[in-house]
Amino acid sequence: MSWLLVFPIAVPFVTAVLAYLVRMSFWGRWVSLAGSVVTLIAAIALTVAVLREGVVAAQMSNWDAPFGITLVADYLGVVMVLITAITGLATAIYALGEIEVRLEKLGYHALFQTLIAGVSGAFLTGDLFNLYVWFEVMLIASFGLLVLGGSRAQLDAGLKYVALNLVSTLVFLSGIGLLYGLTGTLNMADLAGAVAEVENQGLVTVIAMMFMFGFGVKAAIFPLFFWLPASYHTPSFAVSAVFAGLLTKVGVYALMRMFTLVFVGDVGFTHEILIWVSAATMLTGVLGAAAQTDFRKILSFHIISQIGYMTLGLALYTPLALMGGVFYLVHHIIVKANLFLVSGVANKLAGHTDLNRIGGLYKSSPVLAALFIVPAFSLAGFPPLSGFWAKYLIVKAAIEIDAWFIAFIALLVGLLTIFSMTKIWGMAFWKPHPDGIDPTPDRVPTRIRLPMMIPIVGLAAMTVVIGFFPEPFVVFAEIAALQLLDPEAYVTTVLGERP
Amino acid sequence: MNSIIFSAGARLLVALLLVFSLFMLLRGHNLPGGGFIGGLIGAVGFIVYSLACGPAEAKSALRISPEVLGMVGLGIALLAGLASLPFGDPLFTGQWYWVGGDSYETAAFSINSVLVFDIGVYLVVLGGILSLAFAFEEET
Amino acid sequence: MESLTALLIGVLVAASVYLMLARNFLRFLFGLILLSNAANLVIFASGRMTMGAPALVPYGADAPVGVVGNALPQALVLTAIVIGFGLLAFTLALAFEAYRRLRTLDTDDMDDAEPKEEPAK
Repeated sequence: MSWLLVFPIAVPFVTAVLAYLVRMSFWGRWVSLAGSVVTLIAAIALTVAVLREGVVAAQMSNWDAPFGITLVADYLGVVMVLITAITGLATAIYALGEIEVRLEKLGYHALFQTLIAGVSGAFLTGDLFNLYVWFEVMLIASFGLLVLGGSRAQLDAGLKYVALNLVSTLVFLSGIGLLYGLTGTLNMADLAGAVAEVENQGLVTVIAMMFMFGFGVKAAIFPLFFWLPASYHTPSFAVSAVFAGLLTKVGVYALMRMFTLVFVGDVGFTHEILIWVSAATMLTGVLGAAAQTDFRKILSFHIISQIGYMTLGLALYTPLALMGGVFYLVHHIIVKANLFLVSGVANKLAGHTDLNRIGGLYKSSPVLAALFIVPAFSLAGFPPLSGFWAKYLIVKAAIEIDAWFIAFIALLVGLLTIFSMTKIWGMAFWKPHPDGIDPTPDRVPTRIRLPMMIPIVGLAAMTVVIGFFPEPFVVFAEIAALQLLDPEAYVTTVLGERP
Repeated sequence: MNSIIFSAGARLLVALLLVFSLFMLLRGHNLPGGGFIGGLIGAVGFIVYSLACGPAEAKSALRISPEVLGMVGLGIALLAGLASLPFGDPLFTGQWYWVGGDSYETAAFSINSVLVFDIGVYLVVLGGILSLAFAFEEET
Repeated sequence: MESLTALLIGVLVAASVYLMLARNFLRFLFGLILLSNAANLVIFASGRMTMGAPALVPYGADAPVGVVGNALPQALVLTAIVIGFGLLAFTLALAFEAYRRLRTLDTDDMDDAEPKEEPAK
């Protein structure tokens, strides 16, 4: 039983080791692909177990909680692991076409699999310090992936990314230290009870703000997002897709976990701050995107604005809002990773990502145009795509508690998102190519084009499926939200029945 | 660094440091020590050697590239953790096989996954530190 | 002892913030190193400082005998030091490579990823 929780982390790690040892031959990419498939199978097996039992927990090396390291999966955790495995598989297929042999020899596949292991670990751990360790595993792999290849822009972006993420990590670490000093435990389920008994609740709120800062930098919320648009457009497209899909979401997940399980003593203060931060995040992200003319920079700014919706779901702190937040999280990973993958194909066909220097993609490659429309309109919240239901739930939750202003901002940001998406549509797909090039698919050999298109089709299909049949996904998100709001099952599964 | 005294002394020092690092690795089984500190001491040995004779010489003395060494170590450590799978225990539970007895008091010695894990850690630390050290020495 | 450590942490954080405000990336990095040491000290101090023996269980006993130091924060600090060491060494290597390629460590002049907009014509 406990091994189900281990495999989504252990399989990518083993794959990373194997892929590194064979990195000089063409086997590396196939090892990586096979590892991603096995990871997906492991994630599905874990999902089945969680669907059957509600919450699954395991104690590593037979040390009982709260002393040992606990791995635990509830509905939120397991859906994140599943979506991580799906995104990992999609980008592993995509990498077959995009990643050059030069990068493979530097160890691209090993770093990529380590990143997946780190992300899965962060979603599954039930121990605060262990969460820090997984953050670091993820971080060091992402550093390597970001600067792999070593162009000038990558080095410049890498420095900013590394510097700001290290600061956030250190603040997070200090927060862990202080929390341990107050409660004497680091097990999250144990903390849920221990924090409530602390006499000095003021200090708990201070620590909560340190965590909000630490996770906030990772999640790229206002005003801590500057590293994201400075770096996400520089690495290879497969890397930026997996960054855009997963990395910031780990920050959002950590916020959701800590601010529903542990820091719920002063909701009126902490979550109120988060509401206004979310509103500012949504607005600045979408306005920043409006000023950009680069395919990937527009998408990067949109990550920020979308993060605002997810943290808003947490900040409103009602069952409906959290449900919307969870739904949004899953929908966003699929859609955003897909958009970055599309931008990679557009770059291959038309030769650039600067929208002023490309065009004519609709005429020459209508299939790609159709595949762009699906995630782009889903991002903006068009019915009947997945983004519509996500936005609908959040806005409805805001209206339900009479937060009219927030609901207004959320709708306005959706409108401005359409503006950015139509800008990409108009400049990259509709207008003729400025250099008179005809960017037909023949410009890219099938050997490269096919692996790049398969994941895009697959992810777009998922978006459509969620859009047309939202019922099971909404029910799933609802149970996840109820588990977050009432962590009784989570706590008893981890700690065992207490007399 | 062209000092005869240093390069002559380095040979002696490197041998001592490497033996001492293995001693620390094995001592860590029951007493303070272990793979981490052993790996650090071993890395110091190679760094002293590369200071005396140059990083190229030290690399050829290591024979395998430090990155591969580290990754192999990571693989060994993972295998040691996964070794508890066939026995039905959770990840990283120590597996012990007593030779000539059935417990700590009676057995002559034991074969166990904990030492394998420590050897993995030793290689990870050795490989990691050396790849950094060589990278810095070559760049300057 | 705790208050002395707290003062030391305060001094370290102040110095690191001062360094991190500099434009030069190397100074920023030194600030990060100080901050990482401060964070480690926070963990160490919050585990309470006791004058005690190492937390080793003697042979044949089930628990350590007498007053022993709290071993958990030491393990946490050791982990944090190792991770911090790895990350900071990587950052230093990255800064060196960036200096070699970009010929500057002044963050104002580093604009390869985000080139300054040309004024509108």
